[in-house]
Amino acid sequence: MPFTWLVLILLAIAAIGFVLGRGRALKSAGGDRRDLHSLPVYYGANVAMWAIVPAAAVLIIWMLAQPFFVNSRVLATLPGAVVSEGSSIGLVMSDVRRVADGLDVAVQQGAMSRDEAASLSTDTSDVRERLGEVGVALGSAVSADVLKGAQLYRTLNATSSKLMTVVVLLIALGGAAYAYSRSHADFRARNTVERGILALLIAAASVAILTTIGILFALLFNTIEFFKLYPAADFFFGTNWAPSFSGRGGSSDLGVLPLLWGTFYISFIALLVAVPVGLFSAIYLSEYAGPKVRSVAKPLIEILAGIPTIVYGLFALLTVGPMLVSMFGKDTLGWMQGGTAVMTAGLVMGIMLIPFVSSLSDDIINAVPQAMRDGSYGLGATKSETIRQVILPAALPGIVGAILLAASRAIGETMIVVLGAGAAARLSLNPFEAMTTITAKIVSQLTGDADFASPEALVAFALGMTLFVLTLGLNVFALYIVRKYREQYD
Amino acid sequence: MNDMRIAERKVDTNEVKIAAKDVQVYYGDNHAIKDVSVEIEDKTVTAFIGPSGCGKSTFLRCINRMNDTIDVCRVTGDIMIDGEDIYDAKVDPVQLRAKVGMVFQKPNPFPKSIYDNVAYGPKIHGLAKNKADLDNIVENALRRGAIWDEVKDRLHAPGTGLSGGQQQRLCIARAIATEPEVLLMDEPCSALDPIATAQVEELIDELRKSYSVVIVTHSMQQAARVSQKTAFFHLGHLVEYGETTTIFTNPVDPRTESYITGRIG
Repeated sequence: MPFTWLVLILLAIAAIGFVLGRGRALKSAGGDRRDLHSLPVYYGANVAMWAIVPAAAVLIIWMLAQPFFVNSRVLATLPGAVVSEGSSIGLVMSDVRRVADGLDVAVQQGAMSRDEAASLSTDTSDVRERLGEVGVALGSAVSADVLKGAQLYRTLNATSSKLMTVVVLLIALGGAAYAYSRSHADFRARNTVERGILALLIAAASVAILTTIGILFALLFNTIEFFKLYPAADFFFGTNWAPSFSGRGGSSDLGVLPLLWGTFYISFIALLVAVPVGLFSAIYLSEYAGPKVRSVAKPLIEILAGIPTIVYGLFALLTVGPMLVSMFGKDTLGWMQGGTAVMTAGLVMGIMLIPFVSSLSDDIINAVPQAMRDGSYGLGATKSETIRQVILPAALPGIVGAILLAASRAIGETMIVVLGAGAAARLSLNPFEAMTTITAKIVSQLTGDADFASPEALVAFALGMTLFVLTLGLNVFALYIVRKYREQYD
Repeated sequence: MNDMRIAERKVDTNEVKIAAKDVQVYYGDNHAIKDVSVEIEDKTVTAFIGPSGCGKSTFLRCINRMNDTIDVCRVTGDIMIDGEDIYDAKVDPVQLRAKVGMVFQKPNPFPKSIYDNVAYGPKIHGLAKNKADLDNIVENALRRGAIWDEVKDRLHAPGTGLSGGQQQRLCIARAIATEPEVLLMDEPCSALDPIATAQVEELIDELRKSYSVVIVTHSMQQAARVSQKTAFFHLGHLVEYGETTTIFTNPVDPRTESYITGRIG
C-alpha cells in the first residue's frame, strides 16, 4: 500500500474518532454540554490525538530504522569474497540497491512480472541488459551474489512495509479505542489536549535547536577532516592564500590570515559608514521628526533592508566602483587600480547596514522612558543636551548590541564582496586595493567541480567554522554587553 | 475677589512670586484649564488639590513651560514670575526651567551615578567653576535634599540602585542643585511608602525657607500637613484658593466642601 494511502487512512481514523469521541462524551452527560468537564471539542480532539500521535511516532521510527535493518540482513547474506573483490562494503551495497531499484522499475513498467523479478537468475538471463531496456543503466555486469542480495533486499523491504502498515493502523485504532473508552463527562479532556499542544510546541522548538546542532556537527566533522589533510598551524597562521586546483593537495597555500584581514577591513569600513549615519538618522527620527515625517521616513529606510544583497553588489560593481575610480584612480590620485576594492565593498555594505543600525537604535531610543526626558527638560536642559547626556547613555547598551549585530552581518556578507571587492586574497593596508573575505572564498572553493576529499574543497568548511566561531563570539559578546549595562528603569 | 484676599494676607505673608491671569490650556480640542488666575507667594508651600483630571498637574506644568514639549498643547493668558511674563517670546524655556525646578510623580533618576545625577544641572548651566566647586554644589544639594548621610559613601553608585524614597529625595536634590527659585512638585509622594513620604514631607517643609514650593497632591491629609496655601481645582476651574486651614475647615464653595469631606472626587 502506498505511503500516501496510509497517511490518509490515519487521518480518516482520527476524524472518525473525533466525531465519535465527541458524541460519546456528550451522550454520557445526557446531551447537556454544561455537565461536561471540558468543551465537547476537547473530547473529540483527545481521541484524534490518541489515534494519530502514537501511530505517527511508530511510523517515523519504523521508516528510519527499516533501511538499517534491511542493509544488515542483506550484508549478512553476501559472501565475504564479494566484498574483498570490490573496494568496500559501501560500494557493494550501493550496487545491490541500484539493482533492486532497477528491478522495481522493471516491474512497474511491466517489462518483468513480479515472480520473474524474484526468481531471476544470472545463469538464465543478462540482468544488466534487461534492466538497460527499461532505462536503468548499470556500470558492470551483475554478479549472482549481488542479484541475490538485491532480490532479498526487495522481499525484505516489501514485507517490512506491509508489516509497518498493519502495525501502524493497529496502533492508530487501538489509541482511538482507548481514548474513546475514556470519553466520559468527568474525564479532563481539556488538560490532556493542552499537554499534547505543549508537547507540539516543545517539538517545534527542538527542531530549530537540533538543526543548529546538526549544522554545527557537519561543519565540525568536515573541519576535522580538513585538518587531517592540512596542518592547522599553516591554516591559522599562513599569510598566503593560493589554492591550486591542478595538483591534488600539497602545492596549495591555504593561510586564512589574508581572508580574515579582508573580512575585518571591509566590515570595519562598512561600520564606519553605517554606525554614524544609522545612529544619527535614528536620533533624528525618534527625537526630532514629527509623526508625519516619521511615518514616511522610517518605512523608507527599512526598504533598504529589503533590497537583496546581489542588487547591492550590482550597485557596487556598476556605480560605486567606477565613481571611486574616477575620484581616486589613475587620472587623479592614482591610488586605485580598478573598480573592485575594499573601499567599494565597504561603502556599499555600509549603506546596506544603515537600516539595521538605525531601526534597532530607533526602537531602543524610543524605549527610554519619557520620564528621563522630562527629568532632563525639567532641569533646564536643551533637547540636544538631553539626547547626548541622558538618552544616549541610557540607550547605549542597546545601541552597542545593534552595532555588534550589524558587525556580524557585515562579516557574513558575501554577494557585495564577490562583486565589489574582487577575488584577490591580499594582506594590504591600502583600502583602494582589491581584497576578498572568508565568505567569498568559501563560494569560490566550492563552485565548479569540487572534489570533497581534497583539502582545497574541505578548506571551505574550516573557513565556515572560523566564520561561525567569529560571529557567534560577536553575538555572545553583544548579548553580554546588553545584559551587563542594561538599565532598569522601573 | 482675588484682590481682596491678597489684601487680607499681606499682613502675615510674603510677596507674590508667581502670578497667573486668565490662563487657558488646550490639548488639541480639549479645554483642560479654564480661566485660572492665581497668585503664588514666595517662601510658601502651595498645594493644588482636586480630583483626577481636574487640571492641577497641567497647570503646574505651565509654570515651567513643560507643556511646550507636548505638541498639541496650547497655553493662553499670562503667567508672571517676579513680574516677568514667562510666555514672552524673549524668554528661553530652557533658562526658565533652570529657575523653576520640577520634581515628578515617579522618581526618575538618570541612569548615572548619584553624583552625576545631581551634577547634571549645574554642569549644563555652568554653575561650577571647577571640580571642587562642583563637589561642593553636589554635597550641598544632597544635604538639603536630606539624603547626604545615606549616600555620601557611595556617590558613584548608580542612582537607580537607591530605594524609591531615596530616589525621590535624590530627584529633589537634583532639582535643588540648579538653584531654582520655585520648586514644582507633581505628586512627589504618590509612588512612596508612608515612611518615605514622611521624609519627603519633612524635606518640603525645610525647603520652604528658601523656595516657593508648589505641590500637586491627591492626598488631602498631605496638603493639610505641608502647605500654607491650598488651591482646589475642579473640571479645569480653580474653584477656591486660600489659607490651607481655611480651605479645610471653612470652605466657601460647596464643591470644595464636598471634595474635602469626600462626597465628590
